[in-house]
Amino acid sequence: MRPATKKMALLGLCTAVALVLAYMESMLPPLFHGIPGIKIGLPNIIIVFVLYRFGLWEAAVVSFIRMLAISFMFGNLMALVYSLAGAFLSLLVMAVLKKMKFLSPVGVSVAGGVFHNVGQILAAMVLLGTAELGYYLIVLTITGTVSGIFVGLCGAIIMKRIPKKFI
Amino acid sequence: MNQKAKTTPTAKSGGQLFRNDIIFIAVVLVLVSLLGLCFYLFRGDGDEVVVTVDGEVFGTYSLAEDRVVEIRTGEENEELNVLVIKDGKAFVEQATCPDGICAGHRPIKRDGESIVCLPHKVVITVRVTNEEAPDIVV
Repeated sequence: MRPATKKMALLGLCTAVALVLAYMESMLPPLFHGIPGIKIGLPNIIIVFVLYRFGLWEAAVVSFIRMLAISFMFGNLMALVYSLAGAFLSLLVMAVLKKMKFLSPVGVSVAGGVFHNVGQILAAMVLLGTAELGYYLIVLTITGTVSGIFVGLCGAIIMKRIPKKFI
Repeated sequence: MNQKAKTTPTAKSGGQLFRNDIIFIAVVLVLVSLLGLCFYLFRGDGDEVVVTVDGEVFGTYSLAEDRVVEIRTGEENEELNVLVIKDGKAFVEQATCPDGICAGHRPIKRDGESIVCLPHKVVITVRVTNEEAPDIVV
């Protein structure tokens, strides 16, 4: 198989797994009632994995297709704007931290989780024209840290289990 | 520490990175706490008070106009809290509750501040009008 074809197939596989994880997560009951936006972000495990095994560009593509598909399937287009803002800020921060090489995937993923929320809140502030979302950011940063730890640990385990020669 | 090194295949020394992670997470949480503290200390004034009795909204009153509200509760309306709104501040002037904590509370005006009368299940909260949490689906 040509390397490019193999890579395309593997990235497609990763996207599919991310979508399944998103679907699974959508079936879980909300963790806290009344506070929207608190999620573990299971698909981000795949994003972290792709970021480490392939690179920023590949992770961005997988993330974008995932966002598009998820919002068509379970969400709405307004949510897509927030999600994209969050996902790309988070990815950018993770890529920079990964390059700096002083954090393990867990720390990188925590930063990703936090900045995912920061991006979403910033997008919401711009779109809604309010600065009143600051409180919300504090709550989301704490939950983002917790989910980032979880996602990072899962990502690290997957990277350990799947040999490099396979992906 | 050795176990950690195994789970982080990209790391040269997992223990070091693990320690960095902990420091990083701690720094993030401290920064957020400081941010939260700033928000708490410098929060803006609210412009209306919401009175709830036993979880149900009793009434909403603007802080801009001075007025006196008698909050009568209890089965035979025998329980009374007198809410006074004056100069943009709200306070409980007198109350028939046994502890009198609500009447002793300093006047409130900032967004999120509240006076609670536990015996009468009365909660008086200051808020900003139309500051409903936006419906964000993320």
